[in-house]
Amino acid sequence: MNDLLVAENVSKQFGKFIALNDVSIAIPEQSIFGLLGPNGAGKTTFIRIINQITMPDSGTVFFNGKPLHPNDIGLIGYLPEERGLYKSMKVGEQALYLARLKGLSKAQAKERLEYWFKRLNITHWWDKKIQELSKGMAQKVQFVITVLHNPKLLIFDEPFSGFDPLNADIIKNEILNLREEGATILFSTHRMESVEELCEYMALIHLSEKLLDGKVSDIKRAYKSNTFEVGLTTHNEPELLKQLEQNFIVEKANFKSITEDLKLRLQIAPGGTPNDLLQYLVARAQVNHFVEVIPSVNDIFIKTVTQNA
Amino acid sequence: MRNLKLIIHREYMARVRNKTFIVMTFLSPLILVGMFFLIAYLSMLNNGEQKIIGINDQSGVFSGEFEDTEDIQYLDLSTVSLDEAKRIVELEGYQGVLYIPDMENNVELAESIEFFGKESPGFGTLQQMERIITEKLTTRELIARGVDISQIQSAETKVNIQIENFQGQRTSRMSGYIKMIFGGAAGYLLMMFIIIYGNMVMRSVIEEKTNRIIEIIVSSVKPITLMLGKILGTSLAGITQFAIWVILGSVLLFIASAMTGVPMVAPPSEAQQGFDQLANSDMQQLLTDVANLPMLSLVISFLVYFIGGYFLYSAIYAAIGAAVDSETDTQQFMFPIILPLMLGIYVGFFSVIENPHGTVSTVFSMIPLTSPIVMLMRIPFGVPWWELGISVLLLIVTNIAILWLAAKIYRVGILMYGKKPTYKELYKWLKY
Repeated sequence: MNDLLVAENVSKQFGKFIALNDVSIAIPEQSIFGLLGPNGAGKTTFIRIINQITMPDSGTVFFNGKPLHPNDIGLIGYLPEERGLYKSMKVGEQALYLARLKGLSKAQAKERLEYWFKRLNITHWWDKKIQELSKGMAQKVQFVITVLHNPKLLIFDEPFSGFDPLNADIIKNEILNLREEGATILFSTHRMESVEELCEYMALIHLSEKLLDGKVSDIKRAYKSNTFEVGLTTHNEPELLKQLEQNFIVEKANFKSITEDLKLRLQIAPGGTPNDLLQYLVARAQVNHFVEVIPSVNDIFIKTVTQNA
Repeated sequence: MRNLKLIIHREYMARVRNKTFIVMTFLSPLILVGMFFLIAYLSMLNNGEQKIIGINDQSGVFSGEFEDTEDIQYLDLSTVSLDEAKRIVELEGYQGVLYIPDMENNVELAESIEFFGKESPGFGTLQQMERIITEKLTTRELIARGVDISQIQSAETKVNIQIENFQGQRTSRMSGYIKMIFGGAAGYLLMMFIIIYGNMVMRSVIEEKTNRIIEIIVSSVKPITLMLGKILGTSLAGITQFAIWVILGSVLLFIASAMTGVPMVAPPSEAQQGFDQLANSDMQQLLTDVANLPMLSLVISFLVYFIGGYFLYSAIYAAIGAAVDSETDTQQFMFPIILPLMLGIYVGFFSVIENPHGTVSTVFSMIPLTSPIVMLMRIPFGVPWWELGISVLLLIVTNIAILWLAAKIYRVGILMYGKKPTYKELYKWLKY
């Protein structure tokens, strides 16, 4: 798969403060890419560089294989974290204005707005002023404005903040749908569960450095520690525990089950396979529960960030 | 370019549709015209009130000298004693009594004249009485010294120095006033325009920051385009407002004066006298003076300095708006804007009128922050083209520099939240 956006050794400094230090990230076409990092890590600076709001001090950003050009603005849709609309302007009017700034003609903009307003069931808001709408309602309008010009790259900075679960779900499905239609999506968030749920690729930025990036599944595989969660039934628990402790690193585990089990986390030596462990256990006890511990994005995030603190 | 047009259009519409703008546009001329007629009416009321002053002339020198005017009626009380005269005046509620004792020596007499009244008379009244007495006593003294009065009267001449520049254009003292009025009005208008619409630009920048819409917009357009669009859109709204004011003002003035019968141009009474004193030829001179003003160059330079000055200050206003989070934080930056404007106005009203081509006026009409105002005031007096050239060139260069600096501050500032900027901070932004 081609990379739609490639950032090569991008650095940016504000006075003495280093916002980005030699960051390289590649975003594959039609993927959902999660950009993670604690507050102040440099995510917003990176996004602003893609949007050509800020220029990098060094490094290049390639879009569609070519260095980023001012005209590419029309191919990018950006929903910033700090977002708002003109309070005293009517919804339809300002949506038209913002769409036209992105390069749509008036007729085009109007047609697409009508389509999206109908789709999200907000047609009756057209003549309302933003100050008459709730925050969630205004967010919906902003979403429409972001996607209206059919951008190839969509950048969402904390897209679900301010939405109730119902509307968050509607927006999530729209995002997935846009991806199906060919858009590439860059997510910036520190809500790990949405990354877990949606993203195939991710990058983690911390203190202006990129700490890791790649396919989410690859990263998880790299971070897994050959640890398994097991639930065992046996007549002689102390004896079994003793045996296990000699062969593996054993921890108490806690999970829900319907049987009164010995619940443990067992870490096997590198090179060992789940089958070996399973055979070993089956020979000694009844195995009710056997699952590999896969690190969550949250775990990876915390682990990486604290390691590099 | 396309986006600039869109932004200008939006900014213009946003200003023009604003309720305060509409109210101000249509109410201001009404208030102004109302004030004008109120003043005219009040001064008419005042004129109708005639004061009565008794004259107790023991010397008999002034009999028949005090002629009644519009607001003073003189009552001859010379036949009674001073005490009796005072009693009458007090009883009747007159303004007072002027006591002129009987003395041979004119100088002594002049020093002994007194006015008795419940309250001191107005400045105008006093001046009028003093003028009559001075004239009469001077004549009397001249006669006493053996001077032939008829000789003096026939020798009296009225001088109006003819002023002509090297190009052969004739001007007069009267035209000096006209130039002052033209230049002063233009300079003052520019200052008001800068303050009102510069503030509007600033507020609209702050509005976009507080609305948090700014990042959405700058992901579509360059910050400098947005800034220019704002300045242009707001100034177009300003020009619209001025145009409406001028049209509405003249229509209202015309209607109102037709209805109330107050003359459309009702100069205060002193000016009235001044005009009366003007001979017919002077009136003609006045008209030729107005016609002789270099109208074309006046209009062109007005436009150049108006645009140049407005742009210069608007860019600064926009940068300030971008640097702060709310209007309350703007105070510390206002002083450096108001100072040169005020300086321009003061230099204009004191120095230019005194000496249009003196060093102070010339220097201030070169410094770009004051040149729009000061030069506008100087232009009617005739400014050499090379001075104009240097001044305009400096203004343009500064404009470019300030726009560039403002755009840098603007670009950084609009995306900065929660920071109270200091001048040091702004300086750092220039290097981002």
